[in-house]
Amino acid sequence: MSVDTSAARPSPAAGDASVSRSDTALRVADLTVAYQRKPVLWDVDLAVPAGVVAGIVGPNGAGKSTLIKAVLDLVPHASGLVEVFGKPYRKQRSLVGYVPQRESVDWDYPISALELVEMGLYRKIGWLKPVTRAYRTQALAALEEVGMADFANRQISRLSGGQQQRIFLARALVQDAAVYFMDEPFAGVDAATEKAIMGILQRLREQQKTVFVVHHDLETVREYFDYLIMMNMRVVAAGRVADVFTPENLRRTYGGRLTLLDRAVDAIGGIRQ
Amino acid sequence: MIWTPLDTWIVAAAAVAGAACALSGSFLVLRKMSMMGDAISHAVLPGIAVAFILTASRASGALFIGAALVGILTAVLVQIIRQYGRVDHGASMGVVFTVLFAIGLLLIERAAGQVDIHPEHVLFGSVELVPLYTIRVLGADLPRGVVVVTIALVANLVVFAALFKEFRLATFDPELATTLGVNAKFMHYLLMTLVAITTVASFEVVGSILVVAMLVVPGATAHLLTRRLLPFLTVAVVVAISAAVLGHLAAIGVPPLFGFEDTSTAGSMAVVLGGLFFVAFLFAPEHGVVAKASARIGLRVSILTQDVLGLLARVTEGAAPTSTPRTTTDTLREYRRSPFRRHRSGLRLGLTLLRLRGLVRQRDGRYALTGAGRDAASRILRTHRLWERFFFDEAGVDLSELHHAADYLEHYTDADLQGALSEELSRPVTDPRGRRIPE
Repeated sequence: MSVDTSAARPSPAAGDASVSRSDTALRVADLTVAYQRKPVLWDVDLAVPAGVVAGIVGPNGAGKSTLIKAVLDLVPHASGLVEVFGKPYRKQRSLVGYVPQRESVDWDYPISALELVEMGLYRKIGWLKPVTRAYRTQALAALEEVGMADFANRQISRLSGGQQQRIFLARALVQDAAVYFMDEPFAGVDAATEKAIMGILQRLREQQKTVFVVHHDLETVREYFDYLIMMNMRVVAAGRVADVFTPENLRRTYGGRLTLLDRAVDAIGGIRQ
Repeated sequence: MIWTPLDTWIVAAAAVAGAACALSGSFLVLRKMSMMGDAISHAVLPGIAVAFILTASRASGALFIGAALVGILTAVLVQIIRQYGRVDHGASMGVVFTVLFAIGLLLIERAAGQVDIHPEHVLFGSVELVPLYTIRVLGADLPRGVVVVTIALVANLVVFAALFKEFRLATFDPELATTLGVNAKFMHYLLMTLVAITTVASFEVVGSILVVAMLVVPGATAHLLTRRLLPFLTVAVVVAISAAVLGHLAAIGVPPLFGFEDTSTAGSMAVVLGGLFFVAFLFAPEHGVVAKASARIGLRVSILTQDVLGLLARVTEGAAPTSTPRTTTDTLREYRRSPFRRHRSGLRLGLTLLRLRGLVRQRDGRYALTGAGRDAASRILRTHRLWERFFFDEAGVDLSELHHAADYLEHYTDADLQGALSEELSRPVTDPRGRRIPE
């Protein structure tokens, strides 16, 4: 099921030839991902216009994180095509920023908050070269922006959950990407962090960046996002929040787990095993 | 105990091997795959065997290449079996390295007639024999073992210095690294290659058990002691070198004290390494057992003394500074509400501690707060009642529940938080029961 809403959007920030070539920030076609032969993403089609802040919602196990990881080429796909601004993702890596789930890393790792943020600059710095003072200053500025400048030299395990999330975002900011993928940035954060993240989303929107946010809280969808991808293994609906965030789509996304497709998938799994 | 030039070469070989192992091993520890060192160090055996058989020589560089290839093969096989074999990482390693190791043993058995190689040499090493085999390097006769491990150490130093930030990133978050253009797979196999080269070089010098120990223990020790990557690696290397020096000293120095012959240097080094880890485990400033226990005890002492002060403040409240409590009934009521109803020894201990700090004085068997004690007690009472006010006003907690909630938090409230609390509540002067909140 393809939902095309790429019409009638202003062109994204000029200056980068590869960005301005296409108004569609992310195009996904026929994407299928399977773990241990059991499909977790089934025939996903998407065409998301540039410059939107897009929420990705769906029940647990709906494949939200997997969608992000498949787009970023971090999990192998059984089939499918992923394009960022009209070119394959592999050629556009430098345009894409990633904010992983906070639980995905070992916070006892021996680095400071500042060193973690500097990682976002490694691509710009290049292989074999050290992090110079100019880059360090950039990283500090990003920490300042998320209200974490006072914690620059603190080891990352000695930060609260919300503070850890904020330095993850600071790392994404220094990347200065055109498209961001954020995996549950709002999960388990305090009010101050939530406000900080909302501020960052707002700023990225003003800069005409495209942002994808895996999200759990349906109550805040209208407040945070202008585009919404509702999924449950496949894309149930995608489009402007005002158009797709309907009771009918919610029911199809969250309700009645045992849809015909689920049954088909179970049957396939049973035969293959 | 007599120290000879031979001893210097023995220690040098072990120290250099240890430093090399500690460097690549630190990254294994940080990637939470320490046992990969164990697996690779055993699995390279068929590589060594084939290299021996093909070149009929122990000194050849083919040995390195053979070992490195099998090292990478091990890492690849472990990955494949984990991915498709429905088993966890540990089981996958167990399958791969035992099989490869056994193949290596069989090859060596077959080849033993033709080339000078014995499984014991490969497995247990013989650091005591290091000075005996020399080769000419730049016009000097150097022990071959020392030269080989030095090459491994230099390889480690060069790679980790050049790719320091890449390893820092790929070890912390491989997926993020890949999206940032640092291919995590490449970094993984580069590390595995380094581990393979390092273990093979160190094998004949220190033996496989000490190799595994030197790969894992220095990094584990550094993890207890440091909070940054560069200090982490430095501490790991220092620990490995210290174990080499102290281990050899212990091997040649300790047994004679008890009338025995010298003991195995490699074994002694591994024991010293374990000892160093244990010392860090006990005494590390932040993560050590002692530090944690003393922090816990410190907290309990401070809670105890604060509770005693709170009790004294409540029973003397409103009375003249030096006089005895108002009435026996009041005193008893406060006492029953305090945590000391069920443990009077705590009360006695708390009073003693407070007396040592000059907050309480004792005269004729009676206790009374000193001036400083009254100030401290007021602060506690103030915090307690502010919290009661907070829970009552802001959270609607029932009057009967207030005391418990506030009692817990008052021990963790510093001056800053107390100030903020008072501001938040618009500087109240009474608690929910109408009692005065002291200034």
